[in-house]
Amino acid sequence: MAEAIAFYVLAACILGFAVLVVTAKNPVHSVVFLVLDFLCVAALYVTLGAEFVAAIQVLVYAGGIVVLYLFVVMLVNVKRPPEAFRAGGRHATLGLALAGAVLVEAAAIAVWSRLSPAAPASAAQTVPVSGNTEQVGWLLYTSYLVPFEVASMLLLVAMVGAIVLARKES
Amino acid sequence: MVELVLIPLLKIIVVLNATLLGVTYMVLLERKVIAWAQSRLGPMRVGPYGVLQPVADAMKLMLKEDITPARADKWVFTLAPILSMVPALVVYAVIPFGDEVHLFGRRISLYITDINVGLLYVVSVTSVGVYGIILAGYSSNSKWPLLASLRASAQLISYEIAITLTLVSVVLMSGTLSMVGIVTSQASQGVWYAFIQPMAFVIFFIGGLAETNRAPFDLPEAEQELTGGFHTEYSGMRFALFFLAEYANMIVVSSVATTLFLGGWLRPFPNVEFLSFLGIVPGWCWFLLKSFIFLYLFIWVRATLPRYRYDQLMRLGWKVLIPLAIANLILTAIVKVALA
Repeated sequence: MAEAIAFYVLAACILGFAVLVVTAKNPVHSVVFLVLDFLCVAALYVTLGAEFVAAIQVLVYAGGIVVLYLFVVMLVNVKRPPEAFRAGGRHATLGLALAGAVLVEAAAIAVWSRLSPAAPASAAQTVPVSGNTEQVGWLLYTSYLVPFEVASMLLLVAMVGAIVLARKES
Repeated sequence: MVELVLIPLLKIIVVLNATLLGVTYMVLLERKVIAWAQSRLGPMRVGPYGVLQPVADAMKLMLKEDITPARADKWVFTLAPILSMVPALVVYAVIPFGDEVHLFGRRISLYITDINVGLLYVVSVTSVGVYGIILAGYSSNSKWPLLASLRASAQLISYEIAITLTLVSVVLMSGTLSMVGIVTSQASQGVWYAFIQPMAFVIFFIGGLAETNRAPFDLPEAEQELTGGFHTEYSGMRFALFFLAEYANMIVVSSVATTLFLGGWLRPFPNVEFLSFLGIVPGWCWFLLKSFIFLYLFIWVRATLPRYRYDQLMRLGWKVLIPLAIANLILTAIVKVALA
């Protein structure tokens, strides 16, 4: 009962802040709402018993990446043009279409995992360690080693690319 | 009901009040110690030897006019001090001040809670504190606070990496992220981690100075260049909140350093048998004493060292501390595997 209440309150907060992120007139306000949104998502992870993921969510997203967003917004000093808020623009249509696609995808995953619940659960059963952090670490370095390394290589490539682009021609 | 609600609530009240009292007296201690370092007397007027100076300061700050600059971003301007104060206080939830005491026939643990990702919780909550500084600089609608807040955030992000890497090498030694678990693993291994991780200890302390914007890394508050720093436009109680947050963060860094490197509530040399008479001093006294030594070191450093230049600060962070922390981490991992 308490869990259900916590879930619905947090879900309402997440959706509310997400709407505020895209509707706020001032980009800095958008970023602040994004931070609050990520904090609510972290709280949701705590209610699911995933303390490790919650702490990483706050550390990486709320405390790291969004700080860099804020940097960019403050340095570039972007002002959203007034026509960005007009209803029915080209971007609004595109955004709605993308949101719809994501909704369909999430619904499909939910339905599919309801129909065949055994498939994703099998990996978790082979974990020989207990505890949140240990389980994440175990899976990351056994079953998901290759995707994990590929993802980190991708990030490294992105970083090198950004440095190459930003460097002045000498 | 008593176990579930009342005792934690009492603990929270005690810890928060003790922290805020500690913060106000920390300010007095700093003024006194720096005065002595410079052959002055420091505050002497309010109470004997100035011991009531914090009370006078608090009264003054509360009674001052609360000014919001024209064309400031009002909501963000109000939010910023709160955002820097709240994380500084929330961290105390996982800091173990001592083991257990018997009070009124109950066993009471001297920490608010012990979660299995305690250390990660500390790192992630303190990483949110940087928003207070950035948003204060942005919302003031003034040049110098903006420059100061950009400096502060670049500094915090850079030094956070080095600090987190040192924490990883400590976690490799202890095998747990729980704050209580780290202390008990130091007890079972019979050694403070400062002795087997001296490099991590030094990097953590230097990084801690930078994370709390203390001298010699107090560039975000460089008065000569920035008229005062990110809180230039703040006055009265909102300014006081930034001030309290800075000192509360100093106490956090000291407490975390004590827990990770100086054995928390353990007595000195926990493995040496003939020193066991030191055990009559309760654990929380050891904890407070060790934290106090760190706090004194903070003040001592400020009274001694001149301020870094900004490029020197960045070079130290990225070209010295981070490579050293990575080397230390790899070395720790190799030794750990070799011994296992």
